[in-house]
Amino acid sequence: MSILVSKDTRLVVQGITGREGAFHTEQMIAYGTKVVAGVTPGKGGGWAVGNVPIFDTVQEAVAATGANTSIIYVPAKFAPDAILEAADAGVALIVCITEGVPALDMLKVRAYLDRTPSRLIGPNCPGLITPGEAKVGIMPGHIHARGNVGLVSRSGTLTYEVVYALTLRGIGQSTAVGIGGDPINGTSFVDCLAMFEKDPETRQVVMIGEIGGTDEEQAAEFIAAKMSKPVTSFIAGQTAPPGKRMGHAGAIISGGTGTAAEKIAALEAAGVRVAKHPGEIAELIAERL
Amino acid sequence: MKLQEFQAKRIFGQFGVPVPQGDVATTPAEARAIAERIGGTVVIKSQVLVGGRGKAGGIKLARSAQEAEEVAGRILGMDIKGLKVKKVLVDPGADIRKELYLGMVLDRARRRVVVMASSEGGVDIEEVAASTPEKIISVAVDPCQGLREYQARDLALNIGLAREQMGKFAQICQALYECYMACDASLAEINPLAVLGDDSLMALDGKMVLDDSALFRHADLAAMRDEDEETPEEREARLNGLSYVKLDGEIGCMVNGAGLAMATMDIIKYFGGSPANFLDVGGGAKADKVAAALRIILSDPNVKAVLFNIFGGITRCDEVARGILQALEQVPTKVPMVVRLVGTNYEEGRAILAEAQMATAETLAEAAQKAVAAACGA
Repeated sequence: MSILVSKDTRLVVQGITGREGAFHTEQMIAYGTKVVAGVTPGKGGGWAVGNVPIFDTVQEAVAATGANTSIIYVPAKFAPDAILEAADAGVALIVCITEGVPALDMLKVRAYLDRTPSRLIGPNCPGLITPGEAKVGIMPGHIHARGNVGLVSRSGTLTYEVVYALTLRGIGQSTAVGIGGDPINGTSFVDCLAMFEKDPETRQVVMIGEIGGTDEEQAAEFIAAKMSKPVTSFIAGQTAPPGKRMGHAGAIISGGTGTAAEKIAALEAAGVRVAKHPGEIAELIAERL
Repeated sequence: MKLQEFQAKRIFGQFGVPVPQGDVATTPAEARAIAERIGGTVVIKSQVLVGGRGKAGGIKLARSAQEAEEVAGRILGMDIKGLKVKKVLVDPGADIRKELYLGMVLDRARRRVVVMASSEGGVDIEEVAASTPEKIISVAVDPCQGLREYQARDLALNIGLAREQMGKFAQICQALYECYMACDASLAEINPLAVLGDDSLMALDGKMVLDDSALFRHADLAAMRDEDEETPEEREARLNGLSYVKLDGEIGCMVNGAGLAMATMDIIKYFGGSPANFLDVGGGAKADKVAAALRIILSDPNVKAVLFNIFGGITRCDEVARGILQALEQVPTKVPMVVRLVGTNYEEGRAILAEAQMATAETLAEAAQKAVAAACGA
């Protein structure tokens, strides 16, 4: 088992003919992901990246190929539309890689998605991977190995860093999910923790947070109340000054809330072991094997 | 992107919020002319993007045009928290009976725009929130419904406004909400929203922060960016698509990815050093972008060592290595550098740097320790 993506994932790529979309489609196929369709309005009927059929709409792609998951590589100004199109076509899992989607667009998109059965991961995220089964994202596949540690993170390259350290120690992952660094996203830490708690293959969970918002504090409450599996964490931004956006739109300490110190205190109070630096995560996980 | 007070108030005014009919001056003579047009007492307000302007002496009353010229002369050129005053706003003086607060912000946890109001305006609202949180009343807005009139009336009632003012207050709330949504703001604030002697309401101050991600559809607002408020380094970073925040330490950092960049700063601190900056070169960073980033880092005289931490994914390590060499040709330096490359094409990258005889590291912890040692001159 694993969460969200697996051998049963049938992927449609929205924006398959763009530079990013084409490159990563190739990478995902090379990893073994079942990419069944691509969507680029106006280019339906053609083929992309070898033998992936292109459709004009997600609706057509789903009807023709049975796609159940979508990944979005379109520019920020078209991303809200792409997410809503996938949801209206009944796609169960929508992964939006696109960075720089306006926050108020996401506010409306999320409110709409809450009334549909679709789940969104992202935007502004690296995607997710179940090693050996499906890579739905932009992460380098070869650094992952199959195993029993579930990972959830607001960051991209910091997740790769932690995954790579785990793999080098011979510790594999069940699924690694990047939920993205924006203020409003589709899936939270709590959503992923709940899924990992239910997943029989996952024995431990790593949660990589950062400054800004209160998602980590909500996760701490959930862990204390609902989780039996051990959770190890790291919070990036301990040295970040208040009032400055640290790259991610969501990584900002504002109005005195969202500091790393508050998040670490909340997590430790919930029994989570918090690493002092990213390299320590693999050590803490190894101690509990 | 933050707007100046005069910009925020002009925009509020366009959406129907009552604002003073003042104007902006860059010289004492201009301030005098505006004061003459207004007549009577005016208030001269420094336009800089920091809080606490009043306490710093950047806001003063003037009772005549002559005095306005003198006061503007003293405020223009003044240094407020490191920022030089280049503009003053000259507003008509107001007969203030009471000061209220009205603000709106995106509440991430509730995924709603939240409208906040308080009877305790004119002071730092974060202090009110800390000492008397019950005096801040808030309502969350459903994005499909918008701010409804009853919600605005609820706010008015709960901050103790007289019934005669309820309608006017509700109108201002709705105008400000419309403005917030139309401009893609992440914060809009009126503090104080004053009750005047004639019972009318007026926004005497205005603050607005815009969502940078949405500026592509607001060319008019993007053009309001005050380049005087940016350091040359911040401007170069923005124009090169780099995310850069200057800090006051001595180890310059160049990293791909925001989370990893923050973690790199943290680990420098953990090993006893202090980061000079946050810098995310972004995904797929090409050589010229890396060169621009290195120029920005090296322009800080406090920098005693530079740490490169690149986890190749979309970003290719050989491209980054070439960028480092290219930058070093443009900006020769004796500052020691420590490079850590992992992931896509790291072998090619390391080979390129081996020729340049740069210190390399395998793990992040090792890289950080080497950079801290280098900064100490070890």
